[in-house]
Amino acid sequence: MSYTFLQNYWWFLIALLGGLLVFLMFVQGANLHLGNRALNDAQKRMVLNSTGRKWELTFTTLVTFGGAFFASFPLFYSTSFGGAYWVWVLLLISFVFQAVAYEFHNKKENLLGVKGFRIALMVNGLLAPFLVGTAVGTFFTGSDFTVNKVAITDPSAPVISTWGNGWHGLEALGQYHAVLLGCTLMFLAAILGSLYILNNVEDDHVKAQMRRSIKVSTLPFLCFFLVWAVLLMLVRGYAVAEDGTVSLEPFKYWHNLLQMPAVLVMLLAGVVLVLIGLWKGGFTESRKGIWFAGPGTVLVVMSVFFLAGYNNTAYYPSSTDLQSSLTLANSSSSYFTLKVMSWVSLLIPFVVAYIAYAWHAMDRKKIDAEEIGQGKDLY
Amino acid sequence: MDVVFWSRIQFAMTAAYHWLFVPLTLGLALVMAVMETLYVVKKDEFWKKTAQFWMKLFAVNFAVGIATGIILEFEFGTNWSNYSWMVGDMFGAPLAIEGILAFFMEATFFAVMFFGWNKVSKKFHLASTWLTGIGATVSAYWILVANGWMQNPVGTTFNPDTVRSEMASAAAFWEVISNPVAVSKFCHSVTSGWVTGGIFVVGVSAWYLLRKRHAVFAKKSMLVGAIVGLVGSGAVMLSGDSSGIHAAEFQPMKLAAAEGLQDGGRGAAFTIVPGIKIPKMLSILATHDINGYVPGINDILNGYTDNEGNEIPSVAEKMSMGREALAALAWYRGTDDPSDKAEARYALEENVQYMGYGHLEKPEDVVPPVGVVFWAFRFMIGFGMLIALVLLLALIGVWKDKLDKWQWLLWAAIICIPLAYITGQCGWIVAEVGRQPWTIQGLLPVNVAISSLSAGAVQTTFFVFLAVFALFLAIEIRIMISAIRKGPEVEPEID
Repeated sequence: MSYTFLQNYWWFLIALLGGLLVFLMFVQGANLHLGNRALNDAQKRMVLNSTGRKWELTFTTLVTFGGAFFASFPLFYSTSFGGAYWVWVLLLISFVFQAVAYEFHNKKENLLGVKGFRIALMVNGLLAPFLVGTAVGTFFTGSDFTVNKVAITDPSAPVISTWGNGWHGLEALGQYHAVLLGCTLMFLAAILGSLYILNNVEDDHVKAQMRRSIKVSTLPFLCFFLVWAVLLMLVRGYAVAEDGTVSLEPFKYWHNLLQMPAVLVMLLAGVVLVLIGLWKGGFTESRKGIWFAGPGTVLVVMSVFFLAGYNNTAYYPSSTDLQSSLTLANSSSSYFTLKVMSWVSLLIPFVVAYIAYAWHAMDRKKIDAEEIGQGKDLY
Repeated sequence: MDVVFWSRIQFAMTAAYHWLFVPLTLGLALVMAVMETLYVVKKDEFWKKTAQFWMKLFAVNFAVGIATGIILEFEFGTNWSNYSWMVGDMFGAPLAIEGILAFFMEATFFAVMFFGWNKVSKKFHLASTWLTGIGATVSAYWILVANGWMQNPVGTTFNPDTVRSEMASAAAFWEVISNPVAVSKFCHSVTSGWVTGGIFVVGVSAWYLLRKRHAVFAKKSMLVGAIVGLVGSGAVMLSGDSSGIHAAEFQPMKLAAAEGLQDGGRGAAFTIVPGIKIPKMLSILATHDINGYVPGINDILNGYTDNEGNEIPSVAEKMSMGREALAALAWYRGTDDPSDKAEARYALEENVQYMGYGHLEKPEDVVPPVGVVFWAFRFMIGFGMLIALVLLLALIGVWKDKLDKWQWLLWAAIICIPLAYITGQCGWIVAEVGRQPWTIQGLLPVNVAISSLSAGAVQTTFFVFLAVFALFLAIEIRIMISAIRKGPEVEPEID
């Protein structure tokens, strides 16, 4: 196994984890229905108990996504987390509240009331996909940072990766191209959430509401995604020469798509699957839309990561100093670390298998009013 | 107060807070698993109801533990940017493996354990309960591999081309995961969790007995809790002994601080409290040799000869060599001339093991806050022994059916619950404050490991987290107390 192969393999795993994370954000999207006035309290509890059995998978995938990024591309972790401080802190706080909200929200001792924690879940439902999308959006727009490894020898300013402005990541909210991706993910999560609830909850009114919600979210989702994708094909991208020099190349991501036909096929297949999921969920009587839109989401997100990092592209570009841009080659862990972790990663299919088995066992019976009425061991 | 201070205090607060919830998770997981096993084996509904009661408390605690764990992971990057790059190659791997091997196991089977009573078979449910606890324990192993490496950085080499510590070979990974410091830390931390879980169950059960409620439930729970807690206490003592040996070998300053030992020597005495000493005992504990040499703070500052006859340079000498290493690194990075590069690399390799010392301002910087570490060590041992004694008496009390007469013991068991938390926090203080100023022992001091942020930014997030933590702790305690007051759903005829 060559070093380059290992770097590419770990970018593949990061893309896979990113894809799974976005898919699993159906939890965040579904929780938006806690504010849906067309649902009564029992129906909202069905939604809550449905996502309540899955939220830890989303959360764990986020943690593993972060851990895998740290382990395989530590310069990204040190540069982005230490630089875009406020973006990551905001995301973190929204997830921290989400993590306790399930256990706390319907306990009368919770100090913030049922409403308080439901609001926390909804804020997480909007903020988490939006911030993740915007952060990934900066993979294409670039960020304001420099990397200077000699800094470590300077006692007065020893930090290697420094951010160029005091906004520490919030400036991405002014980059419309990055924000478009944030909005895309926000609506995608809402759609996936509705598709999931449609599949997982047995209640006619809830199902009708989910279909309605899918219809409402489809147009903005498609608009944001299409505008973002078309612009992506038109913008200048960050190309890496053989000697590692980074330069701006017109239509770089369009070129990437043409030069990597497998990614093009993957992207198109993903888009088609998402569209089938949308159609089935919003415009037919089928409840299986999530089984199309979910894998479709994973494929699309993976393709986006591949466009950002493969084919000699700087995946975390610096708009301030092109040569500080992060590439798979200059930001990865050492050969031996990647090699050892690659062996461990062979266990991933086993992990996926037991998750699927447990998930299947738990979902054999859909959540319904009777189960919510029993009230035991429920959120 | 600068950004280093606020970054340290924020991380310290998060880690200490996280460590409030982890021990109970580890301990209660074992208690519940034993109880549910009794249910499945004996086919006795009583044990099901009993396990379910403790599971309710477990779930509340588990949620806050998870919520605070992710903050720690993020803070490695947000607040310790240089650290993430310079040691991410070593530290990140255990963290990622923890995610793949442990977190998914915990998350998946927790959901089955909590919601699956009527959805999966008895045996699948029992397996899920055990796997939740095993997942938490495996998770502890990997994070302590990472932490153990910070205390004793094995299997690494500094690469001037990338400016970071890298894994020296694929075989070096074995050195990292079998690092003796990591292994004893794992045993010490996990089994201290068993003590916490054990005394929690014993203490809560004692409260029921004092209130004359659920007597059968309380006594049987107490039996399981006391056994788990006592097994934990024994293992904590054994692993504590090896922790002492490792501190003497790899972090002598931590040991000297924990002992308040200004001047060391052979046949060193152990200080119980200031003024009361046991002759020779420190040498026995630290080296397993009655006349073993234990260096004091001044010896480490001024240089000494260790038990293997190695001359350990003074801190001032290490700082001088460290500065030469940093100058050589700057030279190496600044030149393209091959012969200059070779010369710079040679100069760097001569002194690289002390490069971290090059960042220190004065020799005394290597001395951690002695008073804090000294007293934390004593409270840890004192309270730990008291808890072990209470657990033993509780076991005897249940066994001989004396608890109705031993009301004082029931009160003692309740008081021991907060003491167990104080003990755990003291242990954390000894381990983490005792290794200051190093994030990575000898390699990377805290003042260089930071992110390029303003003190105000970190100060702001510190107070935000402080408010969030205080809120969550208040809610958790209120919910726990309410659930305990409500009591288990054990049928009256069997209770």
